[in-house]
Amino acid sequence: MAAAPPPLKDELDIVIPTIRNLDFLEMWRPFFQPYHLIIVQDGDPTKTIKVPDGFDYELYNRNDINKILGPKASCISFKDSACRCFGYMVSKKKYIFTIDDDCFVAKDPSGKQINALEQHIKNLLSPSTPLFFNTLYDPFRDGSDFVRGYPFSLREGVPTAVSHGLWLNIPDYDAPTQLVKPRERNTKYVDAVISIPKGTLFPMCGMNLAFDRDLIGPAMYFGLMGDGQPIGRYDDMWAGWCTKVICDHLGLGVKTGLPYIWHSKASNPFVNLRKEYKGIFWQEEIIPFFQAVTLSKDATTVQKCYLELSKQVEDKLGKVDPYFVKLADAMETWIQAWDALNPPNSNSISKSKSK
Amino acid sequence: MRNPPTLLSLAIDSAVINFCRISDLSFVPEHILLELFVGKVFLRFFIKVVQSDCIRDVTATGTIEVEIVNPERMSQVIIKDDEVDIVIGALQSDLTSFMEAWRPMFSRFHLIIVKDPDLKEELKIPGGFNLNLYTKSDMDKVVGLSSTKDSKGELTDAVAQHITNLTTPATPFFFNTLYDPFSEGTDFVRGYPFSLRSGVECGLSCGLWLNLADYDAPTQALKPSARNSRYVDAVLTVPARAMLPLSGINIAFNNELIGPALLPAFRLAKEGKFRWETVEDIWTGMCAKVVCDHLRLGVKSGLPYVWRQERGSAVESLKKEWEGVQLMEEVVPFFQSVRLSEAAVTAEDCVAEIAASVTEQLGRANPMFARAAEIMVEWIKLWKQVRSQ
Repeated sequence: MAAAPPPLKDELDIVIPTIRNLDFLEMWRPFFQPYHLIIVQDGDPTKTIKVPDGFDYELYNRNDINKILGPKASCISFKDSACRCFGYMVSKKKYIFTIDDDCFVAKDPSGKQINALEQHIKNLLSPSTPLFFNTLYDPFRDGSDFVRGYPFSLREGVPTAVSHGLWLNIPDYDAPTQLVKPRERNTKYVDAVISIPKGTLFPMCGMNLAFDRDLIGPAMYFGLMGDGQPIGRYDDMWAGWCTKVICDHLGLGVKTGLPYIWHSKASNPFVNLRKEYKGIFWQEEIIPFFQAVTLSKDATTVQKCYLELSKQVEDKLGKVDPYFVKLADAMETWIQAWDALNPPNSNSISKSKSK
Repeated sequence: MRNPPTLLSLAIDSAVINFCRISDLSFVPEHILLELFVGKVFLRFFIKVVQSDCIRDVTATGTIEVEIVNPERMSQVIIKDDEVDIVIGALQSDLTSFMEAWRPMFSRFHLIIVKDPDLKEELKIPGGFNLNLYTKSDMDKVVGLSSTKDSKGELTDAVAQHITNLTTPATPFFFNTLYDPFSEGTDFVRGYPFSLRSGVECGLSCGLWLNLADYDAPTQALKPSARNSRYVDAVLTVPARAMLPLSGINIAFNNELIGPALLPAFRLAKEGKFRWETVEDIWTGMCAKVVCDHLRLGVKSGLPYVWRQERGSAVESLKKEWEGVQLMEEVVPFFQSVRLSEAAVTAEDCVAEIAASVTEQLGRANPMFARAAEIMVEWIKLWKQVRSQ
């Protein structure tokens, strides 16, 4: 009997930022080869990054980004993996899976290799349940269901916009925690997928992430980081907070949990501390800002939500540091660039239920 | 804006949270030890330090005077056996096999056994337990549970896990993607605000069930062979303002903090003896969550699991009673939006305010809700009376 074709083979792009090499793809070959790759090459554009044979891909370096976006290229970070969001913008597919080049295939407790992409697809194609917490976690998984007391009117769930995966081995800790616990490894395999409740924020990690580009793509801007910027390692955080607020507003779901990948490289904690330092303090102002954000009834598309958000960032966070004024500006530029590359009528959604 | 702290103090803040896991401090430079031991945060870890051997190493490095400013706070860290009651509702008269199965975990503690008032026969309880038996009772807990095995195949101690859940902080204001940051081998992830890392007290610990999960009658009737075989090795804090269905089968709570909120109030007209025929705990759970959210206490869900045996027929229950299921649909928007005043500072105050809101907003539509609110008010009166004796 012929095997089923890989799910969403022609509807999903894998976006990989890299500055070194793509050797890690060899281990992923059985799972990734059917899919189209978008490589975003950071750093020196004169360097040639070799893509292993047999993969179907497009590759963009800094020169390409500048050529395609012109002056709008200023919103895409340089010398930081935040540049990956350029890949989201140029993709023509409905779904994106993004992964870091130091992430490998993990094994589940039975020893079987985990097809992370397949799990992300399952997460995205089944509804989320952010409006009421199900104590048996994702009720749409095999072997699970809604528990007694779960309101029947909420059992249809909402469309899933984001699937946030986790990591075994090197955990995604901040620099101070890394300094105190350099040897801690995440060895616990938690066999669950959870919808993050509406109104709750979370720290989104870009290492192992998938999302529905049509539902939430324009919110996945990874900010201004790296070269010439006062902050780093907050790119995915920023995108996560914006995304969650917009998902809550538009009635979309965010899942976290499976799949696991194996994170192999621990970055230098002192380098990280320097990058994160300002972020650690600014975060204390940023979080209350996002927790209090409200978007208007007129914000019925992701772009409209995002532009409203950018104005509030300028108004309220601009006082914390002028960086946020620059960031708000870059958020606007991002939306303009997104719309230029993705004509609005095919990608925006209208708000289905008012909350 | 505040002055940025030093790298030293940032590292110390993180170290302090993990301090109790370090058994030998001799490698730590003296000036850092001074910061740790003389500072206010030391108190939380004093008990753990004294219990380990490391206190000897510290005093060997020189004279460090430790001033204990607030000795009463030290006792918060240790839970003594005589501070725990295990409450069991007896719906069948012969408890022998149940009690024997749980003997290794239960024998240290005091038990409160509450006999179903409708049960005619005398209860059969094996000897060797420290217990009080109550035959007049409002509590309805399912008997027919046994302990389960974890992913390593070892018998889990559900009581110990509940105690751990209740005595470690909860984190309801921001979701930690690595689940409980206070359990062994894990921590807060990058991006988790530092100001929220001390967490809040945990008021309620909700465990889960393997084999027969706590599904409602329609679900179990549709999927009669569905069994929960997935052991999810996690405890997580249910975020503030997120509602959850509380199952009374396997819970533990801090009686001092939220006892009044674990109330009996919502009895269905045709309520039966099987879980599928009740929604009382669901109502209680939503009240308790509102109270915890308001008082800034945490609610945890996940481990421990218990192994639940089969009882009753889902189809029969479905035929008998599903009015409750319909009624609960009406109350969800109410619980999701109810807000309590700043004057409500204890669980009793909170329950009284919720009861008043129930009367006002739900009572008119259906006398069942008005009755529930009355019971809640009576319960609080009774609670205060009994506690003051």
